[in-house]
Amino acid sequence: MRKNLYAKAAGLLLLLSLFLLLGGCSSALMDPKGQIGEEQRTLILTAFGIMQIVVIPVIGMTLFFAWRYRRGNHNAAYTPDWAHNTWVEVVVWLIPCVIVLFLAGLTWYTSNSLDPHKPIAEDGEETMEIQAVSMDWKWLFIYPEQGIATVNELAFPADTPVRFKVSSASVMNSFFIPDLGSQIYAMAGMDNDVHLIADEEGTYPGRSTNYSGSGFSGMTFDAHVTSEDGFDEWVAEVKESSKSISFDDGYRELLKPSRNHPVEYFSEVSPTLYDDILNVYHSGEPVEVLPDETGYKHASSDHQEQDGDMAMNAEAAE
Amino acid sequence: MFGKLGLDSIPFYDPIIVSLMIMTALGGAVVLGGVTYYRKWGYLWSEWVTSVDHKKIGIMYFIVALVMLVRGIGEALMMRAQLAIASGGAEGFLPPEHYDQLFTTHGVIMIFFVAMPMVIGLMNLIVPLQIGARDVAYPFLNNLSFWLFVSGAMIVNLSLFIGEFGTTGWLAYAPLSGIEYSPGVGVDYWIWALQISGVGTTLTGINFFVTILKMRAPGMKMFRMPIFTWTSLCANVLIIASFPILTATIALLTLDRYLGMNFFTNDLGGNVMMYVNLIWAWGHPEVYILILPAFGVFSEVVATYARKRLFGYHTMVWATVAITILSFVVWLHHFFTMGAGANVNAFFGIMTMIIAIPTGVKVFNWLFTMYRGSIEMSVPMLWLIGFIIVFTIGGMTGVMLSVPAANFVLHNSLFVIAHFHNVIIGGVVFGMMAGMYYWFPKAFGFKLDEKWGKRSFWCWLIGFLMAFMPLYVLSFDGAVRRMSSYGPTEWQPMMIVAFIGACIILMGILSTLIMVAVSIKNRHSMKYADMSGDPWDGRTLEWATSSPAPFYNFAHLPKISGIDDFWRQKQEGREAIGTGPYQDIHMPRNTIAGPVISLFSLIFGFALVWHIWWLAIVGGIGMFVAFIARVANDDIDYYVPAAEVERIENEHKQRLEEYREWVKQHPEEASHLQVRMQG
Repeated sequence: MRKNLYAKAAGLLLLLSLFLLLGGCSSALMDPKGQIGEEQRTLILTAFGIMQIVVIPVIGMTLFFAWRYRRGNHNAAYTPDWAHNTWVEVVVWLIPCVIVLFLAGLTWYTSNSLDPHKPIAEDGEETMEIQAVSMDWKWLFIYPEQGIATVNELAFPADTPVRFKVSSASVMNSFFIPDLGSQIYAMAGMDNDVHLIADEEGTYPGRSTNYSGSGFSGMTFDAHVTSEDGFDEWVAEVKESSKSISFDDGYRELLKPSRNHPVEYFSEVSPTLYDDILNVYHSGEPVEVLPDETGYKHASSDHQEQDGDMAMNAEAAE
Repeated sequence: MFGKLGLDSIPFYDPIIVSLMIMTALGGAVVLGGVTYYRKWGYLWSEWVTSVDHKKIGIMYFIVALVMLVRGIGEALMMRAQLAIASGGAEGFLPPEHYDQLFTTHGVIMIFFVAMPMVIGLMNLIVPLQIGARDVAYPFLNNLSFWLFVSGAMIVNLSLFIGEFGTTGWLAYAPLSGIEYSPGVGVDYWIWALQISGVGTTLTGINFFVTILKMRAPGMKMFRMPIFTWTSLCANVLIIASFPILTATIALLTLDRYLGMNFFTNDLGGNVMMYVNLIWAWGHPEVYILILPAFGVFSEVVATYARKRLFGYHTMVWATVAITILSFVVWLHHFFTMGAGANVNAFFGIMTMIIAIPTGVKVFNWLFTMYRGSIEMSVPMLWLIGFIIVFTIGGMTGVMLSVPAANFVLHNSLFVIAHFHNVIIGGVVFGMMAGMYYWFPKAFGFKLDEKWGKRSFWCWLIGFLMAFMPLYVLSFDGAVRRMSSYGPTEWQPMMIVAFIGACIILMGILSTLIMVAVSIKNRHSMKYADMSGDPWDGRTLEWATSSPAPFYNFAHLPKISGIDDFWRQKQEGREAIGTGPYQDIHMPRNTIAGPVISLFSLIFGFALVWHIWWLAIVGGIGMFVAFIARVANDDIDYYVPAAEVERIENEHKQRLEEYREWVKQHPEEASHLQVRMQG
């Protein structure tokens, strides 16, 4: 009866791990679309592999010792006072030390080679700059070279190193496109950056990974990696928009908290917008935070309003 | 008059909360009615509420922890159910605000009001017994610590029905927790719950630090202390060193929120990353405060059930000390993606990996204790084996996270969630469950039901694997923590598996509760009753006294001549239990100051949450006056007459005789006595 139960449990675990393995193969991190992501995949797999030197024997020994030295097994040795052996102790300190020494070297090397602030471009090669600003709850992307801006949509050509300058106009967020690699925090008043490159055309989902309030789940965007021509076409399409944005005009409208914000194009952008957003936090003046009027409220009177909103939404959906 | 508080602060419109309110009211009425009906108020008051007995305080910590665990798992189930359905843009059944509160309270409750009280509860129950002391160094402070902790827990629970809790995540990162972005009372509830219970924790840390250093029985040198006492000592060092950082950080946030200061605001020179640094300078040692005592439990369990001396005692101690020190120099690994320079990241990454060395050594020491042992596959031993396997996997994923360049793609993803549940469930929870089963007889005088204990273990193990292994996979596809809905429908199957896993964990918790109920029902049967005081043939001093231990613990203070002294005494056939003549025993009196000060602290905290200034003043003055009254009270101790000690000890000896007689007649029932011959 008990054996049966153990067998069932073991079978279940085996099935589950198989399922998990299959699920992991084609994922964003294991099948990356850019150089940074590829190096990070290699790093993850290397670290994982090295640690199996300890993990597998430990799990194996645990199960084996538990079975071998069970009380009912009269063939196994029993040495109740054996509690020290210098060689065993040296070895159990040495093995983790050697592994950590190797991992430490790897860490030191990759912390530098994969430093998000480090440019990818080799000399002479051009780096494209895109400025990303997290807001409640959407991403504003500014293309200083093209003079355009978008909300919740990115595009850039394949095989071109891109430098994302990342900041925030609200609480802390984190800018991340899993298929391409490294993320970086977006913080108000701080000018952060991450260098990424894509080597395959396609559309890759991006998002904020750092919780930033009730609209956080909708802070997603698509990153379109295109050909050179495709990128020019996309820029032209953005330029057809009738909207423009600068710090004094349009930006404040965008600052209002909104959820699941639709994609927006701005055909013109003030060249100082990114710096203006950064500098406002260093001005020595209080920065106004616009209230969140999107969410559900706790007070009962507001609650009726919310019911009204929901009814309206339902109508709109129909 | 009532500050921000009004009738509309009570969320009558939320059906989930209203039904909870009704259930809580009914449950409360049943409990209070029962206590009144059976006339137990006097007993509760004099034997428990005002008690300074470390064992009773330990039991109360554990009971509160189990109650809070039920709330915590309820929240976990709601979150997992939400994610199992909120796929492909679907809203699910919880609006984001509600979901955000759930993950915030889940984290706060599980760490501060489940894991911490379990750890501190076990320390209370066992450490004084293991070092041969009659109580802790400051018995009144111990009572006060407990009630301050209860006060904090009550504040969290009040937030469920009156107003709201924070929606900021369990660490309330600034500036999201600032007044501009969180104008409601939620963060204030968080602040006062943590500040009040945090004071209690700090006092506990000081109390046990002094107890272990100063109150050990004659002959118990530092390097003769049981490992659980060692790990508790280190955990208390960490509490003393790290909790003041938490208190100060929250105090600065409080100044921001209440007085409009700018320590952690975006503008006017505030520095939000300073908050993140400070909170993790406490937060990382905190996880070692939880895990070190769990390591201690397993060190006791493995030696007892393998019937073998712990392998590498000195190594174990030094590994613990190394972890204690290293835990203060790794905090930055929680935010490599802040954008610090490569060398800063590399330093903190490497320091983090170095912690894996002493931890790995501990695992090997447990393994070599099992090697050539005579292992009884009892419930705590199952927890130990489950722990080694699950914790090793969790340690491995932890090292993966500690490589900064890999962390850049894993940070904030479900990988992190899976990792820390891997170590906290696999380490702390498994450890506390093992400790509960192992030491239950010492607390209550009867053993726990083995069948339900094993069921609980299997549910937890399988449930854990099903709930968290899928999260590792999802993280590789960019699934992040704290999202209340998601676009990619291909994530849904894994989310459903995780939900089923959480349900199985719930079955594990129910099995634990059934285990306790079944054991209480059968407590008088010989199979359950622990008449000997030493049901597992233990090695350390707590087993040298009766079960439950008398309130003075030891009639004579034991004299110690080595590690596992009690075991050696038994091996050498020396009479373990003392004989007369007995002496008067000096003991502390019960105190009403602890509960009274804590009640005023609850009023104080609640009033500050709602800006009811006059009530806060009442609470503050009340705390102060009650404290002064306690300080002025000289009647705080008494002597137990030698005759009374003799009566209690003779009762124990009589039961011991009965038990030995019974064992002679039923040798098959006392399986632990069937030891294999050495060789």
